[in-house]
Amino acid sequence: MKKKLIASVLAVCLMAASLVGCGSQAETATDATSTETEVTAADESTVAEEEAQEATETTEDLSGNLTLAGSTSMEKLCEAMSESFMDQNPGVTVTVEYTGSGAGLESLAAGSVDIGNASRALKDEEKSSGSVENIVALDGIAVITDKENQVTDISAEDLAKVYKGEVTNWSELGGADEAIVVIGREAGSGTRDAFEELLEIKDACNYAQELDSTGAVLAKVASTPGAIGYVSLDVVDDTVIGLLIDGVEPTEEQILAGSYKLQRPFVMATKGELSEQNELVNAWFDYIHSDAGKEIIKKVGLIIPQ
Amino acid sequence: MKKAIVEKTAHIIFLICAAVAIFAVCAITLYMFLKGAPAFSQVGVTDLLFQTVWKPTAETPSYGIGYIVLASVVGTASAVLLGVPVGLLTAVFLSEIAGKRLGGIVRGAVELLAAIPSVIYGLIGMMVLNPLMFRLEKLVFANRPEHQFTGGANMLSAIIVLAIMILPTVISVSTSSLKAVHDNLRAASLALGATKEQTIFKTVIPAAKSGILTGIVLGIGRALGEAMAINMVAGGAVNLPLPFNSVRTLTTQIVSEMGYAQGLHRKVLFAVGLVLYIFIMIVNFVLLSARKREVAE
Repeated sequence: MKKKLIASVLAVCLMAASLVGCGSQAETATDATSTETEVTAADESTVAEEEAQEATETTEDLSGNLTLAGSTSMEKLCEAMSESFMDQNPGVTVTVEYTGSGAGLESLAAGSVDIGNASRALKDEEKSSGSVENIVALDGIAVITDKENQVTDISAEDLAKVYKGEVTNWSELGGADEAIVVIGREAGSGTRDAFEELLEIKDACNYAQELDSTGAVLAKVASTPGAIGYVSLDVVDDTVIGLLIDGVEPTEEQILAGSYKLQRPFVMATKGELSEQNELVNAWFDYIHSDAGKEIIKKVGLIIPQ
Repeated sequence: MKKAIVEKTAHIIFLICAAVAIFAVCAITLYMFLKGAPAFSQVGVTDLLFQTVWKPTAETPSYGIGYIVLASVVGTASAVLLGVPVGLLTAVFLSEIAGKRLGGIVRGAVELLAAIPSVIYGLIGMMVLNPLMFRLEKLVFANRPEHQFTGGANMLSAIIVLAIMILPTVISVSTSSLKAVHDNLRAASLALGATKEQTIFKTVIPAAKSGILTGIVLGIGRALGEAMAINMVAGGAVNLPLPFNSVRTLTTQIVSEMGYAQGLHRKVLFAVGLVLYIFIMIVNFVLLSARKREVAE
């Protein structure tokens, strides 16, 4: 009986071993082919390598911890930026906590973090406590309606009323007699957070539909007569109308000029001017202002400030 | 000796495979309770389950999932009320009335219906059902500005989609249990002078009762657990589940907010998962006991 058991265990082991053997053989085969392709692709990738080298040269042998805390809306930006920054500087660990703009600036003032993230301009008392406002990106939100809509311009005040459910028909805003279908994003979404904050209607909105992605909002607004929704500025296409807010067009130029209402700065505040900061913090800001950093800002749907 | 080794090895392999399933169930159950329970103690059981205000990101957050639980229950119950009669009568048609050719066509259609992925149901619901519902909504609420127009993404759309989705389950399980009814019963009923309809409704269906019940319970399970299609047609705002209100169910609640949720908000979503899991366990328990009774009979 015992013998049988040992034998069967051995058999299982053997089977497992042979399976593993097969696996590794296959792996080496793919390895070989991938090196071949690498060789052929080497010429094309030299440009990229040079760029990478340049970046490493400017920030040579950095090490240590960089700590950030603050706005939850900046999560996407911070995650993408820190990941790429740590790739460039393997010795550096970037830790970002998402505690909210106010809490982040408090931690900065208390000296417990290097950078305080805020998705709004700094208040005067925050500036007087020594925090310096470094705007790294601008976030713009477009308000969209379906193509058939006759209203092309809406005041910020009316927009707030629409979202609070006080205005329910387009005729009240000078449009056709059509019910307004109020579409928004789910709780926790950065876009929703920004939109409600900028119109000062935080958690006072009365949504008819809460969708869980930018694409879904865009598609739903485009296909529903009388719908209104909000999305990141960069995704607006010709299937919808981007409403003018207080007569200002939702474009990058208007945001850079500061005249479009639904925009907010993403601030990475430091205690004292940048020149007073340590090497690590300066390397971080240099990276944000480099081409690679700008690429990341664009990729997460933000606008680069001038 | 060689034979014995093969036997023993096979035995062990079977055992390992069976252990995988058992391990998965135990691990999932443990995980759901460990992850879902903290929110109950932090928010409070009654505040979580019976409060109706869902504002997880407000200054003073409120985590009431009352409307969400209600939407799941009402949605599933209505879908079953709508889908079961249709499904049962289709099953009767398939087992008692249809000839070989027509029966084959219907059976093929039902099988295809079962194979359609839920995202397709959602897509069609969104592109076809929602616009139709929007028109109906405009008719029903023509002069009532107090109603919030949802663009057709509402409870009713979700119920209709769910009712269609549970049809294949109800039909196939009911058909096989109707077919399993012995022909002696039918012959006896007809011999006593009952018409075909009387035989079907007074003899065959009662005899196949527990099998049909199994089909219904399986349908409830499917409707309760469906997320994708509902997410696409129901609107997703947290509201009292009235026919023309935009609603959110337990499943879509998790799907739509898991992406960016943090802290207690995230924990509450796990608690929502736990509530859903408990519902499904109850459904399965009912199913098991129904099957046991069937065997006993």
